[in-house]
Amino acid sequence: VDLGDVAAGEILRVGSLRLLGEVLSVDGDIATVQVYEETAGLRVGDPVEATGRPMLAQLGPGLLGNTYDGLQRPLGALAAGGAARLRPGLTAPALDPERRWRFEPSLADGATAGPGDVLGTAAEGPLEHRVLVPPDAETGTLQGLRAGEFTVSEPIGSLVGADGRRHDLALAHGWPIRRPRPVARRLPVDEPLLTGQRVIDMLFPVARGGTAVIPGGFGTGKTVVEQAIARWSDAQVVVYVGCGERGNEMAELLAAFPELEDPRTGRPLLERTVLIANTSNMPVAAREASVQLGVTIAEYFRDQGYDVALLADSTSRWAEALREISGRLQELPGEEGYPAYLGSRLAAFYERAGRAVAVAAGGGPERVGSLTIVGAVSPPGGDFSEPVTQASLRLAGTFWALDPELAHARHFPAISWTRSYSLYVGHLRRAMARLAGPDWEALRAEAVALLGREQQLLEIVQLVGPDALPDDDRIALEQARIMRETFLRQHAFDPVDASRPPDVQLALLRAVLAAREGLRAALDDGATLESAMASPALVELQRAGSLAGDDVVERLDELAARLRRGDGAAPEPPEVAA
Amino acid sequence: MTRLDPTALSLRTVRGVERLNGPVLTLRHVPGVALGDEVTIRDEGGATRHGQVLEIGEEAIAVEVYEGTSSLSLDGTDLELGSEAFRLGVSAEMLGRAMNGRGEPVDGGPPVVPLRLRRVDGEALNPASRANPNDFIETGISAIDLLASLVRGQKLPVFTGAGLPASELAARIATGVRLRGGEPFATIFAALGITHREADFFTDAFEASGMLDRVALFLNLADDPAMERLLTPRCALTLGEHLAFDLGMEVLVIITDITAYGDALRELGTAREEVPGRRGYPGYLYTDLATLFERAGRIRDQPGSLTIMPVVTMPDDDITHPIPDLTGYITEGQIVLSRELHGAGIFPPIDALPCLSRVMNAGIGEGRTRPEHRAVADQLYALYARGRELRNLMAVIGEAALSAAETRVLRFADAFERRFVHQGAERRSLDQTFDLAWELLGAIPRDELIRIPTEVLDRCWRPAEEPKR
Repeated sequence: VDLGDVAAGEILRVGSLRLLGEVLSVDGDIATVQVYEETAGLRVGDPVEATGRPMLAQLGPGLLGNTYDGLQRPLGALAAGGAARLRPGLTAPALDPERRWRFEPSLADGATAGPGDVLGTAAEGPLEHRVLVPPDAETGTLQGLRAGEFTVSEPIGSLVGADGRRHDLALAHGWPIRRPRPVARRLPVDEPLLTGQRVIDMLFPVARGGTAVIPGGFGTGKTVVEQAIARWSDAQVVVYVGCGERGNEMAELLAAFPELEDPRTGRPLLERTVLIANTSNMPVAAREASVQLGVTIAEYFRDQGYDVALLADSTSRWAEALREISGRLQELPGEEGYPAYLGSRLAAFYERAGRAVAVAAGGGPERVGSLTIVGAVSPPGGDFSEPVTQASLRLAGTFWALDPELAHARHFPAISWTRSYSLYVGHLRRAMARLAGPDWEALRAEAVALLGREQQLLEIVQLVGPDALPDDDRIALEQARIMRETFLRQHAFDPVDASRPPDVQLALLRAVLAAREGLRAALDDGATLESAMASPALVELQRAGSLAGDDVVERLDELAARLRRGDGAAPEPPEVAA
Repeated sequence: MTRLDPTALSLRTVRGVERLNGPVLTLRHVPGVALGDEVTIRDEGGATRHGQVLEIGEEAIAVEVYEGTSSLSLDGTDLELGSEAFRLGVSAEMLGRAMNGRGEPVDGGPPVVPLRLRRVDGEALNPASRANPNDFIETGISAIDLLASLVRGQKLPVFTGAGLPASELAARIATGVRLRGGEPFATIFAALGITHREADFFTDAFEASGMLDRVALFLNLADDPAMERLLTPRCALTLGEHLAFDLGMEVLVIITDITAYGDALRELGTAREEVPGRRGYPGYLYTDLATLFERAGRIRDQPGSLTIMPVVTMPDDDITHPIPDLTGYITEGQIVLSRELHGAGIFPPIDALPCLSRVMNAGIGEGRTRPEHRAVADQLYALYARGRELRNLMAVIGEAALSAAETRVLRFADAFERRFVHQGAERRSLDQTFDLAWELLGAIPRDELIRIPTEVLDRCWRPAEEPKR
């Protein structure tokens, strides 16, 4: 396209349908434009109109509870307006332009304010929506800041700089989706993002402000894990990006989230969630934008001082969009056809995670927010050696490897305990001792060791059969089996078991590990392993995952004590070994 | 800016083909042509072929010719450029008819009077307008109904291998599907690159079930133009959308075989000299397949549903081959056939372990199927998976080394395959399927059925009678 003076990244309107497009590169007087929508019907010589601005995310009250496509078109509003199908060229403002929000200023008129300062709050749902001075504004004096009912674009006051320039302030502001929002300073990550999932919280935790990747072939439950985190994690705001994934799954989320209750606030989960749905049949270029849009919205809530989780399902589809666009530009392909800059793009994305003190130029109380990124990866053929998985692994602090064997046996979450890891275990020691129990680190180490031992023993069993093993090893095998069945497996659709608080998780782990002493004692007394396994306490343990009630921890501890004694298996309760 | 009046160029004939390359034909630039426009190609003898505009450059236009360009000549070929993309005339009259891959009747009957003209590439459903798929469909196949349930608006493929009876299974499903206690579905059958023998098999199966008047056939057989395969599933789905969303019918679209579709796409990509992805398939294979499969669904507050069941032949039984792999990433689960079970005479030879239905949880349980559905499915899976593990172990260390409990599980796995999965020509109602499942579970002591809640066991579990010796 021949255009006078456009900048790379600028947004254009193309053709008679005014399709959205973005300038990818400018070379002399030739600009290459990527059109975000289906280009069928475009003709050579169609008009192109420049807008003079890059792709902006609209940030303000009204984001929460909304569903957007990758270009921040409000899908719910479009659906309500009768657009059951997405025709090219559809437009609608991201934030409802009519709706008025009650604004209460927290800064006095005439005060000095600068980038990132909280001007006041807008009444939006359960979360206090803090209205910020845009991070790219200049410091100045507030004029005419007032309480009232405003739409997102009406001026609520203005900021007058030292040079006398006036900058109007509104409830919402735009921010380029490809530019990370600045922070004052980064903080170490030492608090866990609790997900209610035992295998995650107890064995492979992720920190607030950390990053996690979930690679797995199809059918291994990536989406189920992502959705479990969206539902049960203790983040204050969740941004869920369905990038190149299934429409029916988004419909499922949209049906479930207004019904589900946030266990911490008692409000519908939807009120803390922003959904971005760019399904696989929607245009590829918008798919590329969807992830960037999601992370920008997430950063906006982090800057308000909240703990935010961004769930991206799936980053592979995003990488494939990059590959497709790169191919169209006839760039030299790198590994498996992906562009050579794949690694640096992924790094730029994951590095937007973090725990940080927000920018507040004019002072005011310190706001600490965090942004945790959990990215699903869909490796072709389930092969983890492919470029997207490998590049993501170099960046992420937690790795949840999904195992097809587990998925086939319907062991969910199908997170492999042999391949997964978390680099945050050491950082989270103190916080987990406080939240779950002081023995978390020791029990975690014991559990990991037991599962590792099982792996070795199973290989031996394959050769010589279980009878050839010494008693201790046979006990270890049984105990590991109970650990897998009762502790690691968790039923996402069981109302009780779907999410568990950390102290209950740890109490269950304690009980599972306690079984060894009782079994050992029973075998010493001459019982067979099979009869020892039939003891009432052990049968109870195998159903302990769905124990409900306020006193679960006490009941589990009591069960652990009985297991340690070997109740019901040995003729006489033996002495408890130290 | 001059705007060309589209009516003035609704049909123009040009001559001047510059290059012929497999399915792609290049001609010098003609102003006013839009991407996707329909093209009719007339060769020296006056025979016509069909195509569409693929690419527009400053100097040249590339046209994809469905029938291929062989035997066309550079200067003897006329092209008629339409002013818009190919449209399919759709109407409910197409049920009971057989059409070619472009939707033209080939059964010798009268022409179809279309109710509407539709572009065949479809428009993406707004995710916010989709209804959550949560209505159970009974297929009459136990392994599917209990373990990987189909729901309205789902896309559930059958992964098969060469020589496995996928066609038989697809036909059984097509004729057997109904909402619980309801009417059979309207079925649209898109045949891509299958043989005449297979096509006859399907026609006979539909005829035998007495529902031929509820079936529309789109046939692009193995000897029909390969590029037309890219159009055929789109025609079938366009009719499906019309029946489902304009007329409120329950529609099942069966597409066989997606592998032939992928190969046609690869052929076109190669002719366009694109950078190939895995195994030579274009990098956009995922997106392209998604534009087919994602057309399944339901629209909120509207009757009707479109359910898609594609059949995918895994080349060399390799599930990691790009076509089954990407299909699996797009669809909501999969039904996988096993050569081993087929060899053991089990029909349908469904390998339960890799089978999955992602959206079944919303469609089963209290008020939809049975309250214990999920738990029973989980328990069957767990026992069968364990039984298969033990079978491998037994092959190494011998049956004598297994404990009594392990032998029970091993026996269970055998019975599961021979009695539950295998059902021959019988159609089982959901109740019959559940009765059979509980009968098999009766052979396992109730303390070992830890995936089923105790109150369900109280209600449904009965110990099996000791086999008489």
